[in-house]
Amino acid sequence: MPWMFYLAGAVAVAATIMTITRLNAIHALLYFVVSLLAAAVVFYTLGAPFIAALEVIIYAGAIMVLFIFVVMMLNVGERAVAMERSWLPGGIWVGPAVLAAVLFAQVVYLVMRGPGPEYPRTVVGPKQVGLALYGPYLMGVELASMLLLAGLVAAYHLGWRRQPEQESKETHFDERRTAVGRSAVRAGTDRPAGAP
Amino acid sequence: MLFALGLIGLLVRRNIIFILLSIEIMLNAAGLAFIVAGARWAQPDGQVMFMFILAMAAAEVSVGLALVLGLQRLYKTLDTDAASEMKG
Repeated sequence: MPWMFYLAGAVAVAATIMTITRLNAIHALLYFVVSLLAAAVVFYTLGAPFIAALEVIIYAGAIMVLFIFVVMMLNVGERAVAMERSWLPGGIWVGPAVLAAVLFAQVVYLVMRGPGPEYPRTVVGPKQVGLALYGPYLMGVELASMLLLAGLVAAYHLGWRRQPEQESKETHFDERRTAVGRSAVRAGTDRPAGAP
Repeated sequence: MLFALGLIGLLVRRNIIFILLSIEIMLNAAGLAFIVAGARWAQPDGQVMFMFILAMAAAEVSVGLALVLGLQRLYKTLDTDAASEMKG
């Protein structure tokens, strides 16, 4: 089992190195998703299957989709078409595909082998994690829920001001609207009564 | 190792998307350290801490990306690679 841990760790480090050296945001995000999947395999080999599933679902699923969505949203318009074309030359997918193929081979090996004698020595399953989470860490759960609520309200508040600006698509209105928005940010008077 | 890479990325890159990405790398590395410690002593506390880190990362990334959107809208730059650099 140790070779799986070291292989997945090497894949994670390589993908992270590629992440912080890419010039395009989408390429970096692609490598970072591979890095997160490698981290999930590392977690599984360390005997934490529940956290491995959470890593794939929440990190590689939700948070990375949020990143990709924002990056795609930042360049809308006709420039996006040219940018997409420059983003997708042939062969750019080889690097992440090779790294992901290594991880996929590891997962296939684990599934085909089944629970053998080489299983990670100490598996801490979801039941123990749940008991610990809602036992001695109950206050932490409440604090995390409050933090998530605060994050939700803050994200809604930060994204709310953009709504009236989006109505105008003409470029000659953009300058004036940006100036209006900038001064309104300082004054804080662009909100109707009753808005948060 | 992953934490060092995230720190390097945070220090080197000036693009705000990459700064957020590097923060995510560092959070992930801290969670990995917690998992390793929890696996070493066979306790579920490390996994509980990783779940807290996960929730904190989700809240942080939502607020951070909302700030990125506001920044891009304010500076009227749509190119994240070239034009989202903040001088000073």
